[in-house]
Amino acid sequence: MTQEATTVVRRRIVVEAPLERAFTAFTERFGDFKPPEHNLLAVEIAETVFEPKAGGHIYDRGVDGSECRWARVLAYEPPDRVVFSWDIDPQWQIETEPENTSEVEVRFVAETPQRTRVELEHRNIDRHGPGWQAVADGVGNDAGWPLYLARFAALFASGD
Amino acid sequence: MARLWTAALRADGLDVQISVSPDLPFVGTYQAGDALGALGDPTRRAIVERLAERPRAVGELADELPVSRPAVSQHLKVLKSAGLVSERADGTRRIYRLNPAGVAALRDQLETFWNRALAGYQDVVEEPEEESS
Repeated sequence: MTQEATTVVRRRIVVEAPLERAFTAFTERFGDFKPPEHNLLAVEIAETVFEPKAGGHIYDRGVDGSECRWARVLAYEPPDRVVFSWDIDPQWQIETEPENTSEVEVRFVAETPQRTRVELEHRNIDRHGPGWQAVADGVGNDAGWPLYLARFAALFASGD
Repeated sequence: MARLWTAALRADGLDVQISVSPDLPFVGTYQAGDALGALGDPTRRAIVERLAERPRAVGELADELPVSRPAVSQHLKVLKSAGLVSERADGTRRIYRLNPAGVAALRDQLETFWNRALAGYQDVVEEPEEESS
């Protein structure tokens, strides 16, 4: 196994939708498909906002008005490409040091006028390096991995 | 704990290497090392970046970086005590690599996230078009 294999997540999906619609759905409706158990706020998320410009943010807004900016939009090139930072550490807390953040690039490629290939690459995962210690620490207490895994298990158990 | 982890992976249809085994043996390798401090040094960060590409011997790192071989060894010692890199012997050389346990655990977490997100995305983008303005 190469080192890169452990530091990059690549996913590819083909959707039955035109290029523009595929891009728009990804950016404008991110909150509709983001796994709901990944919530950095203390309250329920009212909406997830993807600011459509480089220099913007992706942020969750809670039902109480609180906000959590968890990504910086690094490139916004409709309808072909978007790149954003991943400012979330392994403990699923906001990472404030940009050098310790990873990066997600999403490319949209028209296969036919009605079909779009979406290629997602989440890279430089090892930049979250300082958080590895946190992951290790978290494993041993209820606030870390066990809680995270329990959430997942509960999700699947509910027949999702 | 072990059952939860296995169930999560299977239910999500993932084909990933389970690098965090149920008894989490890698926890013990972290000692009291301070990973945050270890990566605060630019040379150590450069070393980690190179090891992220592929495992390397001390000599290779010294050739690529503007520091001496003893200095590289010293930095590697710090990174190792912080649980960030691991080493193995290859003849008389010592080969260093990023400690895969920590990164792999995070990678698995993110892989699960994106599997779920993209499945949801496909549902959203393919749903029948409602009245568009």
